[in-house]
Amino acid sequence: MSQKSEKLIDKKGLRLDGRKPDELRQIKIEVGVLSNADGSAYIEQGKNKILAAAFGPRELHPKHMALPDRTVLRCRYHMAPFSVQERKSPAPSRREIELSKVIRESIEPSIFLEYYPRTGIDIFIEVLQADGGTRCASITAASLALADAGIPMRDLVVACAAGKVDDTIVLDLMDTEDKIGTADVPVALMPNLNAITLLQMDGILTLEEFENAVNLAMEGCRKIYTLQKEALKTKYVDVKEVEE
Amino acid sequence: MSSVITRVKQKQIAQLIAKGKRLDGRGLTDYREIRVEQGIIERAEGSARVLLGRTEVMVGTKIEIGEPFLDTPNEGVLTVNAELVPLASSTFEPGPPDENSIELARIVDRGVRESKAIDLGKLCIEPGKKVFVVFVDVYVLNHDGNLIDASALASLAALLNTKMPDYEMEEGEARIKPGYTPLPMRRHPIAVTFAKINDKLVVDPWLEEEQVMDARLTIAIDDDGNVCAIQKGGSGYFAPKQVLEAAGIAAEKAEEMRKKLDW
Repeated sequence: MSQKSEKLIDKKGLRLDGRKPDELRQIKIEVGVLSNADGSAYIEQGKNKILAAAFGPRELHPKHMALPDRTVLRCRYHMAPFSVQERKSPAPSRREIELSKVIRESIEPSIFLEYYPRTGIDIFIEVLQADGGTRCASITAASLALADAGIPMRDLVVACAAGKVDDTIVLDLMDTEDKIGTADVPVALMPNLNAITLLQMDGILTLEEFENAVNLAMEGCRKIYTLQKEALKTKYVDVKEVEE
Repeated sequence: MSSVITRVKQKQIAQLIAKGKRLDGRGLTDYREIRVEQGIIERAEGSARVLLGRTEVMVGTKIEIGEPFLDTPNEGVLTVNAELVPLASSTFEPGPPDENSIELARIVDRGVRESKAIDLGKLCIEPGKKVFVVFVDVYVLNHDGNLIDASALASLAALLNTKMPDYEMEEGEARIKPGYTPLPMRRHPIAVTFAKINDKLVVDPWLEEEQVMDARLTIAIDDDGNVCAIQKGGSGYFAPKQVLEAAGIAAEKAEEMRKKLDW
C-alpha cells in the first residue's frame, strides 16, 4: 500500500475489473466438497479459490492441550506455493501464522465451545489461488465447513473487506486494489447478532472514512451471508442424478 | 498468554467496570503511568525503554545494508520482530516465536509502516540493489498487560533515537564510514488498545484485565488524527457502535499522549 501510480477508478466511476464501488466480485460457494473431512466448503470470490475443511469434535493431540470445560478450536490458514505470482514457500510464514490466529478468533465466538469438553475442532484452510481478500473468503468458507460438520453455532460468520482506492470507499478489494490502494479494512460479522468478530485495518483513513468503510464492509457481509445460507441449503436440497 | 486468575477476582473486575471503575483506581479511559527512556543501549543504532505501569518493554534498532524488496526497489526495508523473553512472565517459554509474539510484531509493524513513519525512500543507496534495512527488535522484559501499546511506543521512541550510518561509494560498493545522521522520521503513530470487559471498553488493560476480557481492539492513530492500523484480538466480538466509539477515544488518547511526550 504505498505508491499511487495507476488510476484504480476510471472517469465513469468504475473499477479496474468494471465493478461499481459498492459491488462484490463474482462469488461461488459449494458445501461438502471433500469426502474425508467432517465438513468442508469451497469458495471462489473473484480469482480467489479457497478450500476449507473442518474436523471434529475429536480427540485432541497432543492430549495435554485439552481443556476440561470446552473444546479447543484450532485453525491453520495456508497458501499453496502456486497460489501467487512468485512461488510461496510452503513453510508457514509470519503472515500465515497471524492470519491463522485472527481467523480462529473470528470463528470462536460463533461456536458453542462448551458443548464438547476435552476435545478439539480443527479447521484447515488452503488457499489454492489468491486474488486479494483471502482472509475474508477463508472465514466465509471455514464457517460453512463447521456448519457442514454439524457443529452447533450461534450464527454463521461471514467476512468481507472494504477499503479506499483513489479517494473512494470501495467494497471487496481485489489484489491490485489491495496492494496499491490507500486502505483495506477486513471485517467479519455474525449478521444475526450484529457482532464484529474480526476487524483489521492497514492504510490511512479519517475517522469518518473508517466509519463508512466498516458500514460498507458489513453491508457486503450481509450480501455474502445470503449466498452462504443458500450454499448450505443446496447441499441438502439438490438431488444429484446418478448415471446407470 | 493466560495464567490463572481466581473467579472472585474476575467477578470483582467485571463488576467494578460495570460501575465505571477499575481495580487499580483508574478511570475507564486512563493510561497507567508512562515512562520513556531513549538511547539506553550504546551498541544499538537506536534504543528505548518504555514503562507502562509495571509492563516493561525495551526496543533496540539495528541498521544494515541489504537488498530491497522486488516491488519497492527504491525503498529501504523495515523489519519488526518481537521476543516474549521468558524472564518477562511465567507464561512465556523459550523457543521460536509463537503466534502471540508474531502478532505483536506485526501490529507494531503495521502501525509504523502504514503511517509511513519512516521515510523509506531516503534509505535507498543503489536502486534495486542496495538499501538500508532497519531492524526493530522488541524485547518484552516484564509482562503486566497491554504489550501492544508499550511495544509500539518503545519502537517509535527507539526509531526517533536511531542514527543512520554514513556511507561512501567505493568501486560500486557501499562502505560504511564513521559518522551518523538521524533516521528520517516523518510520522508518529500511536497505538491505543482497548479491552472489552462486561460489554464496556477500557483503555490500556493491565494483566488481570486482559485475563478477564472478552476481546481486544488496537487502533493506531497518526499525527493528523487518522486511523492507520487496526487489529482485533481475542475470541469475543464487538458491536459495530463500540468499534466506532473506540476509534473516537483512540484519536483523543493518541493526541493526549503526543502532547505529553512532545512528539
